[in-house]
Amino acid sequence: MEIDRIDGRSPNQLRPLACSRGILNRAHGSASWSQGDTKVLAAVYGPKAGTKKNENPERACIEVIWKPKTGQSGKQEKEYEMILKRTLQSICILTINPNTTTSIIIQVVQDDGSLLPCAINAACAALVDAGIPLKHLAVSICCCLASSGYVILDPTKQEEEGMKAFAYLVFPNSIKLILPEGSSHAQGERMEDGIVTSVTHGAMSVEDYFHCLDRGRAATAKLSDFLRRNLQPQVLADGSKAG
Amino acid sequence: MGLSNVVGDLSLEMEVDAFRRLFPLRFYERHLSESIRPDGRTLKSARDTSVALGAVASADGSALTKIGSTTMLAAAKMEVMTPSADAPDEGSIDCCFVAVEYYMPSICSPLVRPGRPAEIAPVISKQLYDTILSSGMIDLKELSLISGKAAWMVYLDIYCLDADGALFDAALLSAVAAFSHLRFPVVSLNDEGRLVMVPEEGNGDKSGKEVVNKEKRKLSLSSPPFSLTCALHKNYILADPTSEEEAVMETFVTVVLNSSGHLVSLYKPGGPVLTQTSVIQDCIALTRQRMKEVQEILDESISGMEID
Repeated sequence: MEIDRIDGRSPNQLRPLACSRGILNRAHGSASWSQGDTKVLAAVYGPKAGTKKNENPERACIEVIWKPKTGQSGKQEKEYEMILKRTLQSICILTINPNTTTSIIIQVVQDDGSLLPCAINAACAALVDAGIPLKHLAVSICCCLASSGYVILDPTKQEEEGMKAFAYLVFPNSIKLILPEGSSHAQGERMEDGIVTSVTHGAMSVEDYFHCLDRGRAATAKLSDFLRRNLQPQVLADGSKAG
Repeated sequence: MGLSNVVGDLSLEMEVDAFRRLFPLRFYERHLSESIRPDGRTLKSARDTSVALGAVASADGSALTKIGSTTMLAAAKMEVMTPSADAPDEGSIDCCFVAVEYYMPSICSPLVRPGRPAEIAPVISKQLYDTILSSGMIDLKELSLISGKAAWMVYLDIYCLDADGALFDAALLSAVAAFSHLRFPVVSLNDEGRLVMVPEEGNGDKSGKEVVNKEKRKLSLSSPPFSLTCALHKNYILADPTSEEEAVMETFVTVVLNSSGHLVSLYKPGGPVLTQTSVIQDCIALTRQRMKEVQEILDESISGMEID
């Protein structure tokens, strides 16, 4: 059962990805991430001294500020801030710099569907650019469920609004084994099968949700590769210094 | 290694309360290894739940819900509005016409003060609104009064009176209970052609106004949603955490199912524990069980109201 998407993509196909780092001078780390027409800018400042009140001083604190493209921050923005804060808290190693605050500012440049996943990816790239120690990277994807039961990935805004339900999923990035095969046995389910974050909208059956999970997990391999290539240290264009 | 020895020695001499405050994670892990929790519940059981309908007499529908110590008061009021031009036969439940607000006044928790509002309040407010819409609990056509000219708008306010964990579960239950208690107010057409509420005592006798909707009917709810929050810690799943458990275990999953078995929402906002598919299936199974319990409790209190 094939679904015709307006822009001619196949159901599992993602929009063209683009990521650039180090674009803001004053920020300690910054990144811009775009998936098709959705573009988000993330800036990281930190670690700065001191934590906010009510936060545990034995760990680093993460603060997220989400700036929408137009209008004031409302409940939607507060929800996104909380989801992003908890997601990033689970990937950062919080015990390394205790009693510090790292601020992540997200600015929405353009919203054409799949906004929260794009922001999570941008925030992750910005954290790497700032040199904040992370346990693993987070790759995020949006899966939509059409009323016919078909799952499509990375919808545009038009597709998202017409769908019965959608889920924003965040997975850890896939592990690239450098040890020879067989030396590390997978104990039961592997770490990269775990879900970091899942936020759903709209009612769907439980089997459909697990379908979305499988498709999303499969797509994270492509996203992880893109991220890995993009995060390689940039080599100077004019010859190598090593002579 | 030295520290754990010290803890081992100290724990023999220390009182339970002091140990609970100083080493909360160890306190909980000691209990979890015996499959029990400090308040005596098993890992999979939820706290005692009670629903009292009609708590606010001036509202059209209200409910006071308690899950353990967490207390929520929900009140729904209805007003007549003109529906939008492209949906003249439906009442409105889109962003302008159903207002679901969730408040956490300072009474509910020592962490909330007038100058420092709870961070979680707008998030829960938005989550409740999304869940009520996505579940399709309310049929929009029921909210229509006069096609094209007048339709109902529902204002739902939920106040947290005591915040002790599982806030979303209690808030959703109180919203569903308030909706099931909701009675449409009686309206009549006045001389200027506007719809006004008819007061309880007279029934438009004085000027013989025609009453538009005679029967005080209830709102019919199809497949109301019910939720369960589970805290995750290593391999343990704790259903219905208290606020102390939520603070110690930072990962939680909220599953919302409606009575036709559909997953309305699965909300896991990050957290140190990465959940595998098997854990999610366990949480969904726990939610199904909880849904049956809660539905019974709600049905009992509704039938209790109707007898009166």
